[in-house]
Amino acid sequence: MKKEETPQDNGALNKLTKEVVYTVDDAGNYGTELSTGWDVKTKALDVAWEDIEQRIANAKEKVLKGEASPILYFTELRLMDPTIVAAYTGFWKWTIKQHMKPSVFNKLSDKKLQRYADAFNVTIDELKTMTIKEDGI
Amino acid sequence: MEFKHLQAAHCENGVTTNLLRSVGVTELTEPLSFGIGSGLFFVYIPLLKINKGPAIAFRTMPGLIFKRTCNALDIPVVRKKFSSHEAAQQALDQCLAEGQPVGCQVGVYYLTYFPKEYRFHFNAHNLIVFGKEGDDYLISDPVMEEPTKLSSYELERVRFAKGALAPKGQIYYPKEGRPVTPEQIKNAIKSGIKRNVRDMIRIPGPIAGVAGIRFTGKKIKNWRDKLGQQTAGLYLAQLVRMQEEIGTGGGGFRYIYGAFLQEAHAYHKKDELIEISKLFTQSGDMWRSAAVQAAGIYKGRIGSQADFDVMGDYLIKIAEVEKEAFTALSKIKWDS
Repeated sequence: MKKEETPQDNGALNKLTKEVVYTVDDAGNYGTELSTGWDVKTKALDVAWEDIEQRIANAKEKVLKGEASPILYFTELRLMDPTIVAAYTGFWKWTIKQHMKPSVFNKLSDKKLQRYADAFNVTIDELKTMTIKEDGI
Repeated sequence: MEFKHLQAAHCENGVTTNLLRSVGVTELTEPLSFGIGSGLFFVYIPLLKINKGPAIAFRTMPGLIFKRTCNALDIPVVRKKFSSHEAAQQALDQCLAEGQPVGCQVGVYYLTYFPKEYRFHFNAHNLIVFGKEGDDYLISDPVMEEPTKLSSYELERVRFAKGALAPKGQIYYPKEGRPVTPEQIKNAIKSGIKRNVRDMIRIPGPIAGVAGIRFTGKKIKNWRDKLGQQTAGLYLAQLVRMQEEIGTGGGGFRYIYGAFLQEAHAYHKKDELIEISKLFTQSGDMWRSAAVQAAGIYKGRIGSQADFDVMGDYLIKIAEVEKEAFTALSKIKWDS
């Protein structure tokens, strides 16, 4: 990439910092430039987030229809999967799948719910109602 | 404490360079660390999914660049993991009290200063802790222009992020500084290049190195039929995100490698290095063009089978250029 072709589009990271990129000058020598972002990458990130938003919405709908417990919703909301939820809660993946059924979830003790609440960074009340008052993430 | 924050394109290169510079290896630059650590790579693991997309990497395994660079320069390394949060903090505080800047592996999901858009459960980010003021740790995150801070709680949370590649509080730093001679750097460059030749053109199997790029190119041509338009778009977006983590200029680390070969020329007077560097610039440019093509597809502007074929062909052509480049590197007759 030529020095003068360094992309200066608006990227998400630009709120925090410019990025160092390696470019060549007219003589072909490498040096570094600062870039504010590149549309192609910004859009790739947007596409990933649109997909995540869609998955969160689908999960919420399933919970509201009574087809899944709020654990499914928070797993998606926190960009987790059952493996990551297992790592944070200490439950087995198989157990988590059971807990994603509303009938099982509704009978969980506060102690167990607290483990999920901690993993998702919410209170037990927020976990049950899927409403977050103050998001610390 | 003598610590100078220098911004880098990539986190592990930056941590390696800045930590080694802090113990006196001032000749080291980001491209040299990347090249000595044989950082350039490609792998596509079809059965593994990351964030529901394909698992693709453009650089070597996390941790290897630091390890290899220190080894090659004969600098002993301390690396520790912890099960106890308290012990992890004590070990860190102890180092800081002794004036030792410390490399930390962290997860980015809870990394509060990162923009939300970047905060996935990715656990192989690297930063340096170089001091403490009250409850705040002074942080040198190499991808940032300036140093920053994290509270002890925030730092603990990212050091003990969970999931794949969980950092387990991991810290690492050079055990002692030793003077490094130009001769050592010269040898380190040579062995770094040889190992990278091995990883890119001699590695067995179809999914890694140059063969992996070609393999991925062929797979992409089938994505539209196999996955459907939307998922295929998501897959391509993920490819581009891996190619352009932070600061690779879209070239999937190929530009940094080109810069490395130019710097290598100052140590080994082989004009081939300059010529081969141009091939990496060319490859980086082709990766960028491929990303533009991919963006056309995931933006929904284009998306016919012919467009996927063009995309796949980019990678197949890139594989040829990189094969030529690494073959040329393998043929260099080193003087020492």
